[in-house]
Amino acid sequence: MRLIDVVQFASGSLRGSRVRTLLMILAMSIGVAAVVVLTGLGEGARRYVINQFSSLGTNLVIVLPGRTETAGIGPGMLLGQIPRELTLDDAQALLRSRAIGRIAPLTIGSSQISHEARNREVVVLGSTANLLEIRHMNLGQGQFLPAGDIRSSESVCVLGAKIKHELFGQQPSIGAWVRLGDRRFRVVGIMAAQGESMGFNTDELVIIPVASAHMLFNTSGLFRILVEAKSRDAIEQAKRDAEQILQVRHHGERDVTVIRQDAVLATFDRILHALTLAVGGIAAISLAVAGILIMNVMLITVSQRVREIGLLKALGAPAAQIKNLFFAEAILLSGVGSVAGLALGEIGVRMIGQIYPSLPVAAPWWAVLAALGTSFGTGILFSVWPARRAARLDPVMALARS
Amino acid sequence: MIQLENVSRVFAVGDQQVAALRGIDLNIAAGDYVSIMGPSGSGKSTLLNLIGLLDRPSSGTYRLDGGNVTDLDDVQQARVRSKKIGFVFQAFHLVPRLTAATNIELPLILAGIPAAERKARVAQLLENYGLADRADHRPDQLSGGQRQRVAIARATSMHPAVLLADEPTGNLDQATGKEVMNLLEQLVAQQVTLIIVTHDPAIGGRAQRQLHMVDGQIINQTGSAVNT
Repeated sequence: MRLIDVVQFASGSLRGSRVRTLLMILAMSIGVAAVVVLTGLGEGARRYVINQFSSLGTNLVIVLPGRTETAGIGPGMLLGQIPRELTLDDAQALLRSRAIGRIAPLTIGSSQISHEARNREVVVLGSTANLLEIRHMNLGQGQFLPAGDIRSSESVCVLGAKIKHELFGQQPSIGAWVRLGDRRFRVVGIMAAQGESMGFNTDELVIIPVASAHMLFNTSGLFRILVEAKSRDAIEQAKRDAEQILQVRHHGERDVTVIRQDAVLATFDRILHALTLAVGGIAAISLAVAGILIMNVMLITVSQRVREIGLLKALGAPAAQIKNLFFAEAILLSGVGSVAGLALGEIGVRMIGQIYPSLPVAAPWWAVLAALGTSFGTGILFSVWPARRAARLDPVMALARS
Repeated sequence: MIQLENVSRVFAVGDQQVAALRGIDLNIAAGDYVSIMGPSGSGKSTLLNLIGLLDRPSSGTYRLDGGNVTDLDDVQQARVRSKKIGFVFQAFHLVPRLTAATNIELPLILAGIPAAERKARVAQLLENYGLADRADHRPDQLSGGQRQRVAIARATSMHPAVLLADEPTGNLDQATGKEVMNLLEQLVAQQVTLIIVTHDPAIGGRAQRQLHMVDGQIINQTGSAVNT
């Protein structure tokens, strides 16, 4: 029997019982669509987190004051010690490492900002000119903090988009003076509106030179030092150098914590990947259920078509050929079901993309392959038994059945 | 053509052994027209199924066309059925979802004959059996006589040497039955070996050679065995 005839015969018998065939295709396609949509969601969440992280900067190493013990309680905690401050000198010393390209010290505090009659509470970020590029921020108008000596406490500030709007409305603000605490600052730039990113809303920040922030808040410590390694390969070296340089400066005491941003990222990546797999696995169960449904219906088909099977045998079809005909039916069902399911899943993914545009939903290629594989696999696996039953029918008995 | 030597067929019914055929010796020559008659349960259908290789003897040997076909495996049996044997059944056994033309084509499809050749042969058969205007009708749109004609056309589509008919007129009225018998007998004229199982003496009596069976044995033969 020729392959094309096998396919034609099988599709003919599927068309012969339309409702049954449509229901089976529906079951199969819902299973495939579930896998596609759910893994698409999981993968979307993973990519969303990765995008958020990489929008914070690339090749970043972050230095925090104080040593975070991963287990147990550090001696400092028991004694109530405050960890040693990170200073601007510490920050500048980091530049001695050949692995480190740029740094941006950060000081953070809150203060009252006012312009004419309007005032509000704002978070003030003290940093340097490098922050803009290291953190991948976008400037809306004007200029960012002036480059130059890290210790020069110029009275200039950059406003977040929302702050600018609240203080100035539609009026031009570049060159205007605002009051922060007890000092006056000249506005040199406005940040582009970009909304929340990892809990940091730059729209509601005011950025001033780090030395000015130290004077404003009467402190000399740093909240963080953002360190940009020269390349991806230099990240580990930059981290070790940072630890070593600061240890030497702090009299041999390792009292800072240095983390690689991509280590955090990798952890998130692993967690979300596992989540995607788990969700995909749950969806695959519905495929297995569809497979059992196919088996059930095929078994009924075999007993309904006993006479036809007997006839085919009498007309010269060996057992293997009968088996092939039933396999062909199962493969056709799974095939059409899978394609319909992929289309259904794609529609679902698009719809989610419409509803949550910020979530980059897309089923990963391996999930699509796995869904197709599972649907074909279950379709074939669960038709083995019915096909064998059909092939083993005794033709004399089968023909005598009325 | 067909040589049965001491063939028996025993069925296990529960824990009892029931012999449907006991020591049958039978020679049928190519082009013979044989009818097998007897009461129901006499083993005539079992004998026909054995000859048609749908069943196997419990003991004895069966030679078809000179070759021993007693112990062929499933694939070989199917090949012999496909090439040498055609079946006509009492209940027609047409596939309900297929058209008359496709039903006739079925043995050719199973044998893997190219589509172009199949179409030509089916067109010829439809013509021969007066079914040309019924080609696209499904079995439920055909009369009993037309259905049996489709079945005969199907049975002859592979040009078999042996045609086995089990009560071919059983589901037909007398006039249509006669018409069907005429068609079958025309095939004998074309050197096809025709074996008919029936319990109707009027039908069985038309054969040149008549076998009467009782309790799994051939008790009496009438007519001439042309060349055994």
